[in-house]
Order: sequence, then C-alpha cells, then structure tokens
Amino acid sequence: MLRFSTWKFIAIVAMTLAAILVVTPSMMTPAHYEALKERLPAWLTPPTIVLGLDLQGGSHVMLEVDKADILTTQVKNLREDVRRILREEKVAITGGIGATPRGVQLRVADAADRERILPKLRLLRNGFSARAGGGDSPLDVEETPDGLIRLTVTDAGLVEKTRRAVDQSIEVIRRRVDALGTREPSIQREGDDRIIVQVPGLQDPEQLKTILGQTAKLEFRLVAEAGQNPADSEELEQQDGTGKLPIEKQVMVQGEDLTDAQPGFDQQRGGEPVVNFRFNIRGAQRFGEVTSKNVDRLFAIVLDNKVISAPRILTPITGGSGQISGRFTVEEANNLSILLRAGALPAKLNIVEERTVGPGLGQDSIDAGKRAAYVGAGLVVVYMLITYGVFGVFANLALFVHIAFIFAGLVLLGSTLTLPGIAGIVLTIGMAVDSNVLIYERIREENHAGRTILASLDAGFKRAFATIVDSNVTMFVAAAILYFLGTGPVRGFAVSLALGILTTIITAYTMTQMMIAIWYHYARPTRLPI
Amino acid sequence: MKLLRLAPENTKFPFMRFRRVSYPFSALLSLIAVALFIFKGMNFGIDFAGGTVIELRAKNGSAEVGVLRGLGEGLKLGDIEVQGFGNPADATLRFGLQPGGDVAQQAAVERVREKVGNDYELRRVEVVGPRVSNELVQSGTLGVVLSILAVLGYLWFRFEWQFAVGAVIATMHDLLLTVGFFSITQLEFNTTSIAAILTIVGYSLNETVVVLDRIRENMRKYKKLGTAQMIDMSINAVLPRTIMTATTVMLALIALVAFGGQVIRSFSLAMIWGIFVATYSSIFICSPMLIYLGLRNEEGDKAAASHEVASKDSQTRDGQSGLESAEKEPPTTSAPAKKKSAQSRKPRQA
Repeated sequence: MLRFSTWKFIAIVAMTLAAILVVTPSMMTPAHYEALKERLPAWLTPPTIVLGLDLQGGSHVMLEVDKADILTTQVKNLREDVRRILREEKVAITGGIGATPRGVQLRVADAADRERILPKLRLLRNGFSARAGGGDSPLDVEETPDGLIRLTVTDAGLVEKTRRAVDQSIEVIRRRVDALGTREPSIQREGDDRIIVQVPGLQDPEQLKTILGQTAKLEFRLVAEAGQNPADSEELEQQDGTGKLPIEKQVMVQGEDLTDAQPGFDQQRGGEPVVNFRFNIRGAQRFGEVTSKNVDRLFAIVLDNKVISAPRILTPITGGSGQISGRFTVEEANNLSILLRAGALPAKLNIVEERTVGPGLGQDSIDAGKRAAYVGAGLVVVYMLITYGVFGVFANLALFVHIAFIFAGLVLLGSTLTLPGIAGIVLTIGMAVDSNVLIYERIREENHAGRTILASLDAGFKRAFATIVDSNVTMFVAAAILYFLGTGPVRGFAVSLALGILTTIITAYTMTQMMIAIWYHYARPTRLPI
Repeated sequence: MKLLRLAPENTKFPFMRFRRVSYPFSALLSLIAVALFIFKGMNFGIDFAGGTVIELRAKNGSAEVGVLRGLGEGLKLGDIEVQGFGNPADATLRFGLQPGGDVAQQAAVERVREKVGNDYELRRVEVVGPRVSNELVQSGTLGVVLSILAVLGYLWFRFEWQFAVGAVIATMHDLLLTVGFFSITQLEFNTTSIAAILTIVGYSLNETVVVLDRIRENMRKYKKLGTAQMIDMSINAVLPRTIMTATTVMLALIALVAFGGQVIRSFSLAMIWGIFVATYSSIFICSPMLIYLGLRNEEGDKAAASHEVASKDSQTRDGQSGLESAEKEPPTTSAPAKKKSAQSRKPRQA
C-alpha cells in the first residue's frame, strides 16, 4: 500500500497534465484559442472538442435513393438499347417492344433473327455490373419457344445500380453543399441505398433541403407543333403553374454539357433574376445547330420534367452561352445555378429523416448542459466532502481528473459531444464516485472488524477491486451495445458513458490509492478519518 | 469533524424474510406494468412512431397555443399535439405520419413553415419517415435484448449460474417497471429513452453485482452460516455503499432534471425511477432468487437445520430456517470477521 511505485506516480501525474492540456483549448472561447494558436508550436495546440449538431445547431438529413426511379430509368435505357440493337441488326419484331413490371419484352418471329440478336441482348448485362462476372446476373434474358424474348432487371442488377447511384450522388451532393459555403459538412453513405448529410451551423436549413431534394436534370427540348406525331412528344407541367405544354421527347442538349452557371440579372427585363450558363464545345455546337434549324419555334428549358420557360428562338445562338429566365426570385436563381454547376443526381433522392436544430436552441442546450453539470458536480463534491472528510477531498480530486479524462478522451477520439453526451457525463459524475464509495466503505468495514489502519486500507483497496471491475464491465457492455446500435446523439451518450467507466478505474482506484498512500506517509494517522 | 452517515452502522435487517412480501409485491407491479403497456400503451415519440416535431419560439414573445392547435385542422395534418413549456414564447408541435410516404412528411413541414414562419422561429425540426422509425424500433429492441444476453454471459463466466439468472431476473424486473413508468407517466418514449433503459440495465446489474460479489465472498468465508443468514449479512454489509452511491447518482440526476433542459428531461426522470427500482431489486429480488434457485451454503444449512425440527423438505423452508436460527443466536457481523481476520489477510482468490 505504502510502496507506491515512482513510475506509476509519474505516469498518473503526466496523464493528468496531458489531459488538462488537451482539454484546455475546448474550454477557451474559439477566438482566444485561434489567437493563441499562432504563437504556439503545433504539438501544443490540440483540436477542440467537436460539438454535435444538437449543440451547435445544424441539419442532419438522411436521404434514400428512390429505387422505383432507378428502375424506371433502367427500363427506359433498356428499351432504347433494345431498339438500337434491332435497328443495327435490321430485325423486325411483331407488335413493338412491350413493357413488363421490371423490364421489356419483344416478339421475334424468325428463329434466325432471334439467334442473331440474343447474344447482343445478353451483352447488355455489361452495362449493369461494374464487376466482371461473379454474383447474380443483373439482367435476365429469357426466351420462350414461341419467340418471345423477355429482359428483366434482377434484384442484383437493381442493387448494383442503386449502389452506383449512391456513389455518384455523394459526389454531386458534396459539390452542392460546398457551394453553400458551410464549414465541415459530412456526407456519408449509410447501408446500400442511403446517404447521411450533416451540415453544422446552418442559418437557413430550408435551403439545404431545397438543394438536396432536386435531381436537377436539365434538358433543352423543342415544343411540339401541331401536326407532329403525338407519340414523339409528351405533356409536361409548367413551373409557373399555367398548365401543360406538349414537349418533344427528343432531348436536344443536356445539362451535362454545361460548364458553368451563374446567377445574374437581366437588364432588359427590368433586372429580373436569371441564370446565365455556358456550354462546353459539344454543347455549344449542338445548341447552335438546333437553334439555326428551328428559328421561330419554341425552345423549352426543362428541369426535372418541369418546363421552366419556353422562349421563342429569334436568331440562331452560336456563342455557346445562354440565359434561363423563369420569373425567379434572387434565391431561386442562386439555388438553380448551384444545382446546375454541381450537376444532376443520377436518381431521385427522398428525405427519410430530418433533424434540424437552430443555432439559438443549440446554445440554450449548451447552457442547460453546463448548468446541470456544474450543479450536479457541485452537489456530489459537497456530499462526498461531508461524508468522507479528507478522503472525500481525495475522491473529489479524482473526480476532477476523471472529468478531464473524459473530455480529453472525447477530443482525442474526435468524438462529438451531444446533449445526451453531457447527460452521460453528469451521470458518470454520480457513478464515478461509486468506486471510491466501494473502497471507503470496505476500508471502514475492515477497520470496524478490528484491523489496523494500514491493514484496513490495504484490504479495502484489494477487495473492492474485483467488485469495481465486475460492476463496471456490466455497465461498459451496456454502453458498448448502445454505441453500436444507436445513432447521433445517443451514440454521443454511449461514448461519454464508456469513457467515464474506463477512466474511473484509473482515477477512482489508482489515483485515490496514490493520494491515500501519500497522505498516510505524511500524516501517520492514529485513527481512520472516515 | 463529525461526518455525515446516511446508512446506520452494522445493520442486521432480515432482508430475506421480506421476500414473502417483496415477491408478490413485485409480481403485482410487473403485472400492472404489462397491463399498462398493453392497455394504456406508451407515448411513442416520433423516433418510433414516425412523424414530425417542430419546436417554435414566438417572435413577439408569446406563443398562441390555441392558434397552433388549429393548424391541425387548417393544414390537414391530422391529430396535432401542441405543448407549451418553460417560458411563454416556446411551444412544440407534434403530428403523426402523413399518408403518402416520405415525400408527404416534408410537404407537411413546408405547409407549417409557410403558415407560421412569419410569426415564429423554427428552432428545431425533426421528421422521421415510416421506414426509419421501423428500423429504430428494431435496433432499440435488439439493443436491449443483446445487452441482457451479453451481461448474462459475462455473469455466467464470472459467477455461479444462479447469480447470472438471479441478476437477469432482477434486471428484467427493472425493465418491466421502467416500461410501466413510461406508460403511466406518458413521458415521451424515444431513442434517448432506450439509452435510459440500457443505462438502467447497466446500473441495475452494477448494483446486483456488488451484492453478489459480497455474497460470493461470504460464501467462502462463512461456510457455517445458513444461506439466508449469509445473504442477509452480505446485503447489510454493502448497504452503506448502496445508499451512498444511489444518493450521489440521484444528486447528479436531480441536477439534470432541474437544469438539463427539455430534451433530456424524460431521460433523467426515467433514470431516477430506474435507480430506485434497481436498488430495490438488487436487494429484494435478485438475492432471494439465489435461494429459490438452490444456491446452498452446504455446511451452514445443515448446521442451521439441526437446530430446527424437521425442516428438510423445501428449499424455501431451508432458507427460512436459517433465518430463524439467526434470530435465536445472532452472530454479529464483526465477530466472525475478527475470528477470520488472520486467515483472510491472504490475498483473496480472484
């Protein structure tokens, strides 16, 4: 008991100092720390604690790729591919390409024709799978004896496409969110078909949802004229709600041929907000051709299957740049240009979960958490003091270091501190002293049983240790499971709790033992003070 | 300096005798909890039920709860729950899942924003779609079940099987009563509540383990004592610590309830209840369970039985006989300890 090894002593003091050093910046105001950072070497400036979205304000949005949308796109592409193959191979079919729930079917009467196109149709699989071979086939090609060929997108194919859509979407979303100019957004994939977007410190969370919720597929298509084959056009809703317009199905120029888009004002229209765009070479050529051939026709700008505007082509536009006007507000023009610059999403994304906390509430939560922590810690400290006297002082010192360790742990792990996390810390303040209580009560008991002070201290620490380990392991198990199954704020709670449990072993046990050893050495008590 | 002692010293409460009362009492409470859960149900928050919560702060300083209630009708949101709290400027709206999938939920929030956005600041918006809420239910349930299994495994590995079973029964008891607590108070039950439940499970086991640890130690030390008597002695020995720790945790929790803010209040209240129940169950449920499960202090029971006439039928009677003999010739806690002190100075086997 008295022979407390020097290295252990040094280790504990060093750890405590290190913890305090790590935690200090997080306790300072950010401005102060930034100023200090410039005058200190890098190793002396640890990162500050990361606050969860519930504390600093911000948005957490979970998006899910719309599988139905992906399937629709796949079937549409499939149909085009089949049509192309038929055209290339000059194969005639009976009754057109029919639709099935997850694919297309076609009837080829001539057996020789069938033999010719089947291998080509099977090759369409390659368009689905990034991995060559392996796994289930993404596309089923069936043939019935009476000449019916059925192509079906399989589950494996859909999963593969979904996964790829998620990957592409993450890139697009990153560009969009970056354009908002926020700091440290986090964009992660979640499972097979979801993306979690977390953006701290947003002043206008609505804008985030606006720019996440749009596919932003931009198309330039001609408005159909009377006398055209109705099968070649479709009725599309107009953005301003003035009804539908017949729009040709053929897409003349696409949004992917844009190189830039910026919000601006059209002076000729009395300073109306517009979006100015610029095409790449291919887009510029194509745009020039179309506008030359179709002077006087209406040219529709279609965004996500809605007609934004359909101006008349007055003269051929060959300069490779243009303007979209659609009675936008400044904000709408700004958002649209962000979307066009970032590119279109490969599929529709639905918001399946949203948690937004305004900056005001976040600050209130921090204040509430702080107050609860101070009051809770204060009560426990006073209570330990009046119950255990000088031993209470040791327990309180250990408690102080314990809290420093938890915060240092959070900083070093880069884990976020959430409001439930603060609750976890306050709770561990109550529980951290449990180890001290276990030890002290055991010491008392041994002393009452007639042992000397030294023997009681020794036995108290030794015997309480097994109990401390057992009881903390069970608590740790609960915290670990909570961590793996929980999300967001609850996870923050689990981390605080787990860290708190780990550090009590060091602080409440080893540190207290050290302090009591030193105290015994100098005070040489004749009576146990508890 | 006179130090404060909450727990009286050297108590000799015959805890085991209370099992005749505590078991029916707990069984009744558990049944009530189950009945409440089935018939009254829980106030599931949007995490589990899906739906939307919007926290508003009136820009002019006073929220008009009546007007907000009218939104449900006006915006076709279905049942809308409006709660004021804290100060007059704040209110929360809560409404359930809108028909029409994930898109419809966002549209509903948009309608509310358009309607009240000029007069109120939207401080918090949470929308949980139907599928996400189902997943949260699954992972929450899985978490509770897994943690109990994991702890059962650990205790089995560390202690005799009776201890593990006893601990798990006590934990289930605490779990049931906590569920009952949520049902009767209609506190919102959400993912944070799952955190509360798992923490209560952890704390309950923590308490149980401390008692069991002492029982195990005393089983080796006092082979001559009857099982019930030995368990009583162990509980009495750890009683000061139990009271002390429950008090410190309570102090921390009271601070959380009073100052921690709205978001974690239901968590803190549930925890306070949980600490009560966990402390009770570790003493009155888990420990007597050891007797029912046939934990025997072999020599001790035999010795105790020889004092009694014909009491070798049931284990229950066995435990009881040990208790009665304890009353006739009560050995003090300290006396055997003194006797054994020389021997127990050796490091205890782990």
